[in-house]
Amino acid sequence: MPMSPIRRKIQRLLVLFAFGCLALNYPLLALFNKIILWHGIPVLYLYLFVFWVLFILFIAIVTESKKLPRSSFPPLFSRKSE
Amino acid sequence: MLQEWVILLVSLCYLGTLFAIAYYADWRSDRGKSIISNPYIYTLSIAVYCTAWTFYGSVGRAAETGIGFMPIYLGPTLMAALWWFLLRKIIRIAKVYRITSIADFLASRYGKSSLIGGLVTIIAVVGIMPYISLQLKAVSTSYTVMLHYPDLAMIEEHKTSLWNDNAFSVAMIMAAFSILFGTRHIDATERHEGMVAAIAFESMVKLLAFSAAGIFITFIMFDGPVDLFDWAIRYPETSRLMQLEVLPGGYTNWFTLIFLSMMAIMFLPRQFQVLVVENVNEEHIRKAAWLFPIYLLAINIFVLPIAFAGMLMFPEGHVAPDIFVLALPLTEGQDILALFIYLGGLSAATGMVIVATIALSTMVCNDLVMPVLLRMLDIQQVDLGRVLLFIRRFSIVAVLLLGYLYYRFIGESYTLVTMGLVSFAAAAQFSPAILFGIFWKDASRRAAVSGLLAGFLVWFYTLLLPSFAKSGWLPLSFLEYGPFGIEQLRPYQLFGLNMFDPITHAVFWSMLVNAGLLVIISLLDRQNTMDRIQASLFVDVYRHSGGTQLWKGKAMITELKGLLARFIGPGQSERAFANYSRSHNIDFTKDMQADAELVEFAERLLSGAIGAASARVMVSSVVEGEEISTEGVMKIIDETSQVLEYSHQLEEKSIELEAATKELQEANKRLKELDRLKDEFVSTVSHELRTPLTSVRAFSEILHDNADMGQEERKKFLDIMVKETERLTRLINEVLDLAKIESGRADWHMEIIDLTEILKEAVAATSQLFHEKSVAIVELLPSFPIKVFADRDRIIQVVINLLSNAAKFSPQDEGRVTVRLYFKEREIRVEVADNGPGIHPDEQQKIFEKFKQITDLRNGKPKGTGLGLAICRRIIEYHNGYIWVESIPGEGAKFVFSLPD
Repeated sequence: MPMSPIRRKIQRLLVLFAFGCLALNYPLLALFNKIILWHGIPVLYLYLFVFWVLFILFIAIVTESKKLPRSSFPPLFSRKSE
Repeated sequence: MLQEWVILLVSLCYLGTLFAIAYYADWRSDRGKSIISNPYIYTLSIAVYCTAWTFYGSVGRAAETGIGFMPIYLGPTLMAALWWFLLRKIIRIAKVYRITSIADFLASRYGKSSLIGGLVTIIAVVGIMPYISLQLKAVSTSYTVMLHYPDLAMIEEHKTSLWNDNAFSVAMIMAAFSILFGTRHIDATERHEGMVAAIAFESMVKLLAFSAAGIFITFIMFDGPVDLFDWAIRYPETSRLMQLEVLPGGYTNWFTLIFLSMMAIMFLPRQFQVLVVENVNEEHIRKAAWLFPIYLLAINIFVLPIAFAGMLMFPEGHVAPDIFVLALPLTEGQDILALFIYLGGLSAATGMVIVATIALSTMVCNDLVMPVLLRMLDIQQVDLGRVLLFIRRFSIVAVLLLGYLYYRFIGESYTLVTMGLVSFAAAAQFSPAILFGIFWKDASRRAAVSGLLAGFLVWFYTLLLPSFAKSGWLPLSFLEYGPFGIEQLRPYQLFGLNMFDPITHAVFWSMLVNAGLLVIISLLDRQNTMDRIQASLFVDVYRHSGGTQLWKGKAMITELKGLLARFIGPGQSERAFANYSRSHNIDFTKDMQADAELVEFAERLLSGAIGAASARVMVSSVVEGEEISTEGVMKIIDETSQVLEYSHQLEEKSIELEAATKELQEANKRLKELDRLKDEFVSTVSHELRTPLTSVRAFSEILHDNADMGQEERKKFLDIMVKETERLTRLINEVLDLAKIESGRADWHMEIIDLTEILKEAVAATSQLFHEKSVAIVELLPSFPIKVFADRDRIIQVVINLLSNAAKFSPQDEGRVTVRLYFKEREIRVEVADNGPGIHPDEQQKIFEKFKQITDLRNGKPKGTGLGLAICRRIIEYHNGYIWVESIPGEGAKFVFSLPD
């Protein structure tokens, strides 16, 4: 059975979130914990900002990717008309 | 150097501009042309997250800990990835149930309990105190710096003198400003469009101001970031900041800060206000989820360069890093740029203070004061709209005063960021109750109260009390040796846990007890109906977005309208009801009674003004009868267990199928048995027919072959032949009779008959038989008629059959047969007893079957056809009666049949 688009999106976001949490913490962070300039920029600083930009890019790609059908979240105040 | 009046005038003009923007936005929204209804304004309003802490404090923190300022912005970025579904759910809940604040949210989730609302409010007010004092400190310091720089001694003097204390003036101006923004009138809606517009404007200003400072410092004072970093790496003072070791607490602290900021971006009262309460459209989340992180990135990109620049420019360390942003342009003589930057800092601080105080005043009013007030006052008489406004204005002033006091007495001993983190840790206490609350129905009210309370107490003990101790308001020995010298209770090393920095330590313990108690008590607790309903409504919010129709009692429309008018004013109340009647096609002039949906509509409207818990109390005061309808409850609980129900139905179906299969199997088995019985019957009947036929044929042949047979003998043979043919006829008659009854083709003439008379008739008909064998017959019959509804001939047939059997088996001369008619167990019973040989217990059942004859114990040859009793049984069963035999071998047999009375 194919996954519903809404669940697929939620799962992608969760994976993105988990990946972000890993990349921004020990031990991955420790790989860049050096006093070195790389292209004139401190490597730790550079890593964090580049990762930051990429992460934002991925959020945008996932959340803005193809519009979901209208019914995926029921609309607000769907009162039945009597 | 700028004159004081210039700075003051610019500040006041700036605040005036803000107010004009807010006023314009309100005016537009009243005309239905909202200017804030787009994702960009929404994003900018979320950026109220960046306060004076970000504006001044980040640089200060960077100068101490390098990239240690970043987790505060990386956490929200990570969290933004989850907004698309997590924040959406919270917003949906808040919209559907008209949530006014985070306290209202939690109170609603846990059974509309005012206890939770009050507790959350207290935690929020106490927790936010350091945060507000941080803003006051920042504004007051930046103002002093603008005024006296580079005279650093004057700046120091200003901090200590009460008379020159501009922080108090700042606090009071901000209070006035918040009152003007947030509490001009009580609305039926909990949203403040004007405030949001002003906040969005402030977010633009602070971003532009900080970027201007960054660009000036990086590109004009230095030759771009590469040049700056090149300088920085040459000096150990600055180069050591390029790694993580300078961060106190190292990776653990880094992780804690990311976690704290993740919680803070969602659950700080002011963030909840702009993210959830002020949200116009759920769809705005989609863009905000990546636009807001971009804002954070933009406002942070220059922090480290500015910090490095400041450290390179002021190596003596006499300029506090928290004011680098202002001090650097001022040193260069850029007064106008400095003024702009100062305005940026002012917007960062005022934005936070306005939103926080409005959010807190709503909470204090709706969740702390109102519930008490509603219980105490005679609410019928007071104009509550005015009371509400007064409470809100008063609480704004009170919150700012508390913030000021904290600043005055404690704030001096901390940097901006440390003060802010104390508040973050307090806001994190709300996260377990909310996150568990929206995904887990079993999270119970008592568990939430325990978790919140315990978490708050731990926070208070491990973070807030130490700040009092550090400022000299408590003895310092409290920190070093624990209270009363109990080392296990040292607030920074609780139970000897000494591997963490104070923030991580406090967060670890408080979250442990908070989440732990919430989960454990929920598992042990039983929720009452109200709690369960609210839990379902929150967790399954997408399913219950429509009306729930929980109210059952009756209310008059006029009373409801009157109630609303007392809180939100007659005009608004009238308009709301008119809208409702138009959209639902109800004519209020005809209908006097409000239906459940209308009552709920009114409650929701009221929630927007005074919070869910109070609204429930107020609405119940005008609704008569039961509060909650059982149908409503059933609907909610049912719908939540739809899936369960479905599987239950499937299970039932399969059980039914199984039963049907079993029935079919049994029917099949029975059919086979019947088939076998039929074969047996046919073979038995043929056998029975053959015996007399053989005998008739044998005697006929004898007669035929022996023509010279004597007359005597010939007559004897002919007699036998006649008897045999008679038996044949009887047999065939009985077979036909039985077949008729069994196939249901027999004719029954049911009528009311007198059983006594029938018995007498039957005895008379068989008297010859008894006479022949000299068997005595005793009749024990009532003297009055016994009426039954039966077929007369058939009943006589049964009795005669029983009597002739009795005669047959009774001994010659000593025989004695008794006929009785009596009532027993609501039945009429007929009994025919003899004193013959009796029937063996094994055979007592069989004799009612076809062709089962009892071997005559005396002459060995069965008499009769073997069908008599089978026919009797069919006849009695047709009359809904029973026939059976009671017998002890050697003592006779007793045949009984019963007919229903």
